[in-house]
Amino acid sequence: MRVALFITCVNDTLYPHTGQAVVTLLERLGVEVGFPEAQSCCGQPQFNTGYRHETEPLVRRYAAAFHDYDYVVAPSGSCAAMVRDNYPRIGAKAAAEGRGQELADAAAEAVPKTYELTEFLTDVLKVTDVGAYYPHTVTYHPTCHGLRMLGLGDRPRSLLAAVKGLNLVELPGADECCGFGGTFAVKNAAVSAAMGADKARNITATGAEAVCTVDNSCQMHIGGTLARQGSTVRPVHIAEILASTEGNVW
Amino acid sequence: MPAFPAAADASTRNTQLRANLRHATHTIRAKRATAVAELDDWSSLRAAGAAIKDRSLRHLDHYLEQLESAVTAAGGHVHWAADADEANRIVTELVQATGEREVVKVKSMATQEIGLNGALATAGITAYETDLAELIVQLGDDLPSHILVPAIHRNRGEIRDIFAEKMAQWGRPAPEWLTDAPADLAEAARLHLREKFLNAKVGISGANFMVAETGTLVVVESEGNGRMCLTLPETLISVVGIEKIVPTFQDLEVFLQLLPRSSTAERMNPYTSTWTGTTDADGPRTFHLVLLDNGRTDTLADTVGRQALRCIRCSACLNVCPVYERAGGHAYGSAYPGPIGAILTPQLRGVQSELDASLPYASSLCGACYEVCPVAIDIPEVLVHLRERVVEGGPVSVRGTRTVIKPAKGHAAERAAMRAARWALDHPRVLRTGQRLASRTRRFHPRRLPGPGRAWSDTRELPKVPEESFRDWWQRTRGESGTEGRKTT
Ligand code: SF4
Repeated sequence: MRVALFITCVNDTLYPHTGQAVVTLLERLGVEVGFPEAQSCCGQPQFNTGYRHETEPLVRRYAAAFHDYDYVVAPSGSCAAMVRDNYPRIGAKAAAEGRGQELADAAAEAVPKTYELTEFLTDVLKVTDVGAYYPHTVTYHPTCHGLRMLGLGDRPRSLLAAVKGLNLVELPGADECCGFGGTFAVKNAAVSAAMGADKARNITATGAEAVCTVDNSCQMHIGGTLARQGSTVRPVHIAEILASTEGNVW
Repeated sequence: MPAFPAAADASTRNTQLRANLRHATHTIRAKRATAVAELDDWSSLRAAGAAIKDRSLRHLDHYLEQLESAVTAAGGHVHWAADADEANRIVTELVQATGEREVVKVKSMATQEIGLNGALATAGITAYETDLAELIVQLGDDLPSHILVPAIHRNRGEIRDIFAEKMAQWGRPAPEWLTDAPADLAEAARLHLREKFLNAKVGISGANFMVAETGTLVVVESEGNGRMCLTLPETLISVVGIEKIVPTFQDLEVFLQLLPRSSTAERMNPYTSTWTGTTDADGPRTFHLVLLDNGRTDTLADTVGRQALRCIRCSACLNVCPVYERAGGHAYGSAYPGPIGAILTPQLRGVQSELDASLPYASSLCGACYEVCPVAIDIPEVLVHLRERVVEGGPVSVRGTRTVIKPAKGHAAERAAMRAARWALDHPRVLRTGQRLASRTRRFHPRRLPGPGRAWSDTRELPKVPEESFRDWWQRTRGESGTEGRKTT
């Protein structure tokens, strides 16, 4: 089983600890992981803002970088969803525009092997107890793309429930968007901020010490809002919780 | 109309509006979920609804001609309107031909879309809205802000004040005893409207569905006012978008389950009125059907965007939309607010105006709208498709002719930035240099960003740039040839 990490541009640049947690976790579970350095961004910011043509080189790059691997694991629901939902569309449109089959083939190769981290753990490795220890009260925000595009369902919650020491508390209005939405946060700043403020208020009301997500980008928005409000609730990526052990709480 | 972000900026500050909307949308959203969960074949119904609509749209020309013959055979008259002006002209002339100067209306999205009330007013004809919420909007000299509950932005106190102040100008005044209790408000409206119904000689409606095979029109409503408008006047004029067609009477079986549960969370809606042409002994003596195109054929020509024409106007997408909840319906600047408006309006009207070009961006792409839509319109997919039209231009159909449009104004800087970012991302060495530079200068990073980034740092803390990117960490700890996985030691 050849497994590659897809450490997205946000993980790589702003949240390297999340990537390191993924490495620690997967290696602890006996998976040998590779990090093909030719990888880059999934193209989501460009695609979602309307610059489909700009994403095409990134689709090609993704397919080439991960060509030699059986699985690609990304600690990001939205980036995994970008590959799975939108790469086929990008390929099909390029073909329809008379630019041949090449991009569609690249997409077809990338899609079935791309997994979000919690999917990979539960569906491929078939583990829910990853031997983690995290002695904190945590609430879980299911990010929109993880929830609706990937259909992660209970996977992240069941992984968290198996963590020793962790006290999982329900988040009211959990399924509601936090208001990030990539360039939406800038283009419709007022609405985005209002959504973020409501989300932050709900999170603080749970009394949790940390709010867990499967996506660094939502975490950036939620964490930035919480911090501005003076809240002490920490945003934390699920990989960092799952990587924690008795001797080494992340 | 200002562009969406500016309008939404103002409405997010209106705390009363936000409270009204939050309360209303959360209540109906929860009820809808329960009503839908009762049916174990919901997903099949949803797929059937989408399939029937798709079939109707694929053969739209055929079904419309079939409908025209059936309506004509049943004693009705069919008129074709290419755009809003033509539709308004046809309706005005039809009303003028009756010699009447007043008409009663059952709530209709199509007439809202074309601004019929205004056009009639210019011709000296007064149109009375009879749907309770539409009445509130009309008396308040306001615009609807929700498909199903046009006055959702108003609370009971505001409604009482509007009735007390304005009813007299439009007919029977509000009673002295009027309070803000729902029963009182409903009674005041009932007394006011009854006079209108009994005097009206001309009624104007839309329709939820038109059946091609039989020429039957269908209106689904909850108050019974629609039924009064449809049956009491001598002349009935229905203005209906051409996409509202279904092939057979039996197809209604699917939609009459999907619609009420999605919109009002009811198992069955209280009033379903159907009419086929005219009948000698009952109902209007004269029936006119005005079939409205107004951008629909152009929308149909777009293979991705055409799914918006499946919409049955249930408003479920509005009720779950976090953006609609904060921005309110008026910010969308058309008869169709919320997620469906964000994809329908820029297709019906084009993306040339600043407002219409901003609508495809009025979404965080959270996908809640797609999840609830009873006819499975992939709204996020269409939003992104229309964003491409805004920033890159491309082929579209305008009044039936294929043409290539230019990008909307004001995206040059963004386009350049997106290209530059893509170039860096497609050259990992450049990316790495940038990351290292950012790390090295991290002590000097401002807490507030200039330019468009200010919008971010006004309400959120910026994440701190780490000392080392993942890429560099991997290289440092796993060695130069990290490409092939962990080195054996
Ligand atoms: S798009 Fe779907 S959910 Fe929204 S109003 Fe239309 S049918 Fe209802």
